[in-house]
Amino acid sequence: MGAVTLTAVLAQAAATVMAVLVAPLLLGWVNQCRAWLQNRSGPGILRPYRQIRKLFHKDAVIASNASPLFRLVPYVEFASMALAAAIIPTLWTGLPFAIAADTIALVGLFAMARLFLALAAMDIGTAFGSIGARREMLIGFLAEPALLMVFFTTSLIARSTSLPTIADGFAHQPFALFPSLAFASVAFVMVLLAENTRIPVDNPATHLELTMIHEATVLEYSARHLALIDWSAALKLFNYVCIGLALFLPWGLAESPANPAGLLLAAPALVLKLAVAGAGLALIETLNAKMRLFRAPEFLATAFLLAMLGLLVRLLLGS
Amino acid sequence: MASLPLELINTCAALLLLLSFAMLSQRRVLTQVDLYAAQGLVLSVSIFITAWSTHQLHLYFSCGLTLLLKVLVLPLILRRLIHRLDANWETETLLNMPSVLLIGLLLVMFAFVLAQPISELATTLTHGTLGIALAVVMLAFLMMITRRKAVSQVVGFLAMENGLLFAAASTTYGMPMAVELGVGLDVLVGMIILGIFLFHIREQFESLDLSHLESLKED
Amino acid sequence: MTGTHTELLGAVAIGGGWLAIGVLGLLRSHSTGWVGRALFPFGSLLGIALAAVGIIALAHGVETLILPIGLPELPFHLRLDALSAVFLVLLGATAAGVSIFAAGYFRPGEGTAPGLLGLQYHVFLASMLFVVLADDALSFMMAWESMALSSYFLVTSQHRLPEIRKAGYLYLLIAHLGAAAIVLSFGVMQGGSWQFTFEALRAAQLTPAWASMVFFLALFGFGAKAGIVPLHVWLPEAHPAAPSPVSALMSGVMLEIAVYGLLRVNLDLLQVQVWWWGLVTLGLGLLTALYGVLFAAVQTDMKRLLAYSSIENIGIIFIGLGLTLIFRSFHMPAFAALALAATLYHCLNHAFAKSLLFLGTGSVLHATGERNLGRLGGLIHRMPWVAWLALVGTLAIAGIPPFNGFVSEWLLLQSFLFTPFIPREFVNMLLPLGASGLTLAAALAAYLMVKFYGIVFLGQPREAKLAQSHDCGRLERLGLLWLASACVLLGIFPAQTLALIGQVGEELLGATTAPPLWHGLLFAPISPERAAYSPALFLLGIAVFVGLTMLIVRIAYHGRIRRAAPWVCGGFPLTPRMQDTSEGFSQPIRQIFEPFFRMRRELPSPFDAAPHYRVQIEDRIWHWLYVPVVVSVQWIARAAGMIQRGRISTYLLYSFVTLLVLLIWVL
Repeated sequence: MGAVTLTAVLAQAAATVMAVLVAPLLLGWVNQCRAWLQNRSGPGILRPYRQIRKLFHKDAVIASNASPLFRLVPYVEFASMALAAAIIPTLWTGLPFAIAADTIALVGLFAMARLFLALAAMDIGTAFGSIGARREMLIGFLAEPALLMVFFTTSLIARSTSLPTIADGFAHQPFALFPSLAFASVAFVMVLLAENTRIPVDNPATHLELTMIHEATVLEYSARHLALIDWSAALKLFNYVCIGLALFLPWGLAESPANPAGLLLAAPALVLKLAVAGAGLALIETLNAKMRLFRAPEFLATAFLLAMLGLLVRLLLGS
Repeated sequence: MASLPLELINTCAALLLLLSFAMLSQRRVLTQVDLYAAQGLVLSVSIFITAWSTHQLHLYFSCGLTLLLKVLVLPLILRRLIHRLDANWETETLLNMPSVLLIGLLLVMFAFVLAQPISELATTLTHGTLGIALAVVMLAFLMMITRRKAVSQVVGFLAMENGLLFAAASTTYGMPMAVELGVGLDVLVGMIILGIFLFHIREQFESLDLSHLESLKED
Repeated sequence: MTGTHTELLGAVAIGGGWLAIGVLGLLRSHSTGWVGRALFPFGSLLGIALAAVGIIALAHGVETLILPIGLPELPFHLRLDALSAVFLVLLGATAAGVSIFAAGYFRPGEGTAPGLLGLQYHVFLASMLFVVLADDALSFMMAWESMALSSYFLVTSQHRLPEIRKAGYLYLLIAHLGAAAIVLSFGVMQGGSWQFTFEALRAAQLTPAWASMVFFLALFGFGAKAGIVPLHVWLPEAHPAAPSPVSALMSGVMLEIAVYGLLRVNLDLLQVQVWWWGLVTLGLGLLTALYGVLFAAVQTDMKRLLAYSSIENIGIIFIGLGLTLIFRSFHMPAFAALALAATLYHCLNHAFAKSLLFLGTGSVLHATGERNLGRLGGLIHRMPWVAWLALVGTLAIAGIPPFNGFVSEWLLLQSFLFTPFIPREFVNMLLPLGASGLTLAAALAAYLMVKFYGIVFLGQPREAKLAQSHDCGRLERLGLLWLASACVLLGIFPAQTLALIGQVGEELLGATTAPPLWHGLLFAPISPERAAYSPALFLLGIAVFVGLTMLIVRIAYHGRIRRAAPWVCGGFPLTPRMQDTSEGFSQPIRQIFEPFFRMRRELPSPFDAAPHYRVQIEDRIWHWLYVPVVVSVQWIARAAGMIQRGRISTYLLYSFVTLLVLLIWVL
């Protein structure tokens, strides 16, 4: 954990702002890769930015029976994802703000965002909204234990539940193989797919309401509210990928921003890792088909099982 | 001895466990066979590492035998069998998948508790992996119990033997050569006999669903 | 031991004050104005005073007092230590909120006369107070029984309805079975000394076998009151039957008092420890938590839903208790103190959040006359006060940071992370399963609370009459506000709370959690490197980001908003029937966890013009456990009925034969 100095706080703020600004780029990259893999030319990786800008310029149309909660939720979504970005190490691990929430609280933070989104979806009282809300919560209660078990495994190895401390420990220790981490990483990728509404659990590009999960919850949003929700979805993906990188591929992370040499290494490493991870996601999405909703519990049960196995292997083999 | 071989073997053990679970949860028989082949590959790698780090010559041989038999020959036979029998899918398991996996998880814990006193007796470096070997055996057994189709049961039977071999390799650095050859041959012959059985079952019932065997029972 | 008994005397005086208020209510027993508007606020003030006494007592040492009443051999012993003090705070603070709400809640012409109701209510409060203070088995049991009886009368306050009488009877039955078990456990605990002060019970020497007997009897007795599976059946019947303030007290305080009893017996009175006790408790807790939350998720009556959710929370408390016992028996006092802190914290959280929600449902019930979720909806527009304050309770029960429910779950998970250090192979392996069960229960609780809140307060009103519903009155608002702020404060200042609760661990386990850092902003009960959570910073972060985003969007773009009819993907007319019903919302749970439920479904035919879908879900345990018991009892009764002939001479013959047999036996 880094010392709390003014520079550290400023650097942290800068890193958070950077994460918020870069996040749609990752989404654009994943979509572009997917287009390439499907032999399409694709909309370009800047597409999410254009979408967000267009939405911000429009007038918001809100249902006449919407409560103030409905208008508040997009901001809460965005704020919680931005807060998560402030806790997850991207370039360096000396994050003074990270004491606000450890990995368990991070799971709680994601749960909070999900819960508010579900409430907002039920606010107008449409059929699709409540379907979306219950599906979103369904995915949530299945994915959350699996995610926590992944964090438990890493916490047992690093003897800490603080994400920067774990990443720091993994990045700077002598090389060692941890089979338990292999299990945990597979489980984590499965949770990532489910939580970020990717194929095979949900299709982010679908226009068929009956199959929607996440999209159904935001059907009634428009303009700046929708822009904020889209942006926070992109940020959520970015956050999840960065958690995965920090836990399972932490090499190249600098310890603090005070060391420029470390940053010079960390920045290209991050870009490279994000590019590879994005391409990998696109590959997974291309190779799989979306499954029926009630196969999702099976998918997530498998993720949970893998995480548990990781934990067991850690406890039993000590590795 | 350095800790790197130990780490590698532990990784292999974990992979074996993972593959066992993958087999347990897989619905397609052909993929199960692929997973079985992968398990054989991981097994031979782990035996190779043991051989290399302990300088035991006969283990190299054992590794080669595993590679030949379990990665190449048996999967090949199985694949042909499945194509000839046209039996690539398992319609349903007896229990739903999450409960099977949960039972599997409990079995793993049980296996570890069971293996604890034995592995403390063993003097080998890799004795900690005995629990995983035992778990692999039990998971294969579970797979045989919960499947309806005969082909999956054959795969389960073969996977069980994988677990036994891994147990032997991890506790005593492998069985004596003669035993190993014998077992290898046994498996091969068993496989062929089972294959013939499958053909007969299908001829009799025009299906590989084992629930038809219930009709053989005399009332 | 301190020379003065200020705090203890204060607590006793408050108990006396509550009793006095109850009796005063009888003076004008039919006047709602006198009992409700005049007396209940006083009770509420006494509650605040009690909470203050508890907090002061936490800072001081143990106090004891002997009251010269009771049996000649056994006067009432009272004692105030840290454990009692925590539960005094819980009782006082919750009662304060509930009483002030009740002052505005009771309306004329409902069930029992208000004066009588007030008496029962205040006797209930006072007896809970004396349960916590009692220091000998006799006074404990007297207070315990008067708590059970007064709450029975409160449950059956609308005794004209047959199902409420039935619920009350079931409650009384199980409460008495439990009380019998508790008496037996005290009987075994004295270990031949026939001294029943807690002092003597502490000193008694027991073999592990007898101690296990005590443990099981106490687990049964207190567990029946707390509602652990399979003794939970009375809870979803009795809690909804009672008036809402009473449900709030029963769910929020009485269940926790039962937990207090178990803590007292296991951590204080019993000196022997057997390691598997903790495992049994933890297993039961896990079962209870999952069972409770699954059944809560499929309920359609909002008070039953909350009652099942209470069962879940009791399960979580038992998980914490089990973990405490496990750590303690393996001589890891620091970890045990952490788990104990989590347990107590969850007791406090549940007390405030659940009574808040029960009171909220009370307001909804008064405003709409409906308890069925399927006939509510859209109340956030009509009842903004209740809706927004209930949102706090919803988030707290759902375990969402930075509210209080999350703090105890965080603490509990942190203590689970220490289980690998337990020097016993099998135990440290089973515990990850426990942790995962706990997370599953917590995640399901979030699902449940979305269902509860979304269906009651959000969406469109499902019935036309809901448009006439009105927000609650001023006193009711005050009560809700008090409890909601307790939830928020407990959520944001866990370090300060833990510094107080930590006294209990200090006293009972000889270890405590780490002191707070950074003026209490940072919450790191073990060490900041190991784990840290700062809810204040968390909340600040969210608030700053929300504010900044709003500001930037407003400055850089615009704030124009147009209200229109809902879009609904293309504008077909929106009717309230299109929304999910409560059955619809819980459909995924029913599908995934089907084997747990005993379901009866009626599907409409596809050509039905006004289709009605009905699903009825019953408790499997009722059919597995209770129905066979009832059947066998009836069978025995019938068999006993055989000897009843109705002729006097036959009965005289029975007596004579008995006498002869006894004489022969003596011979």
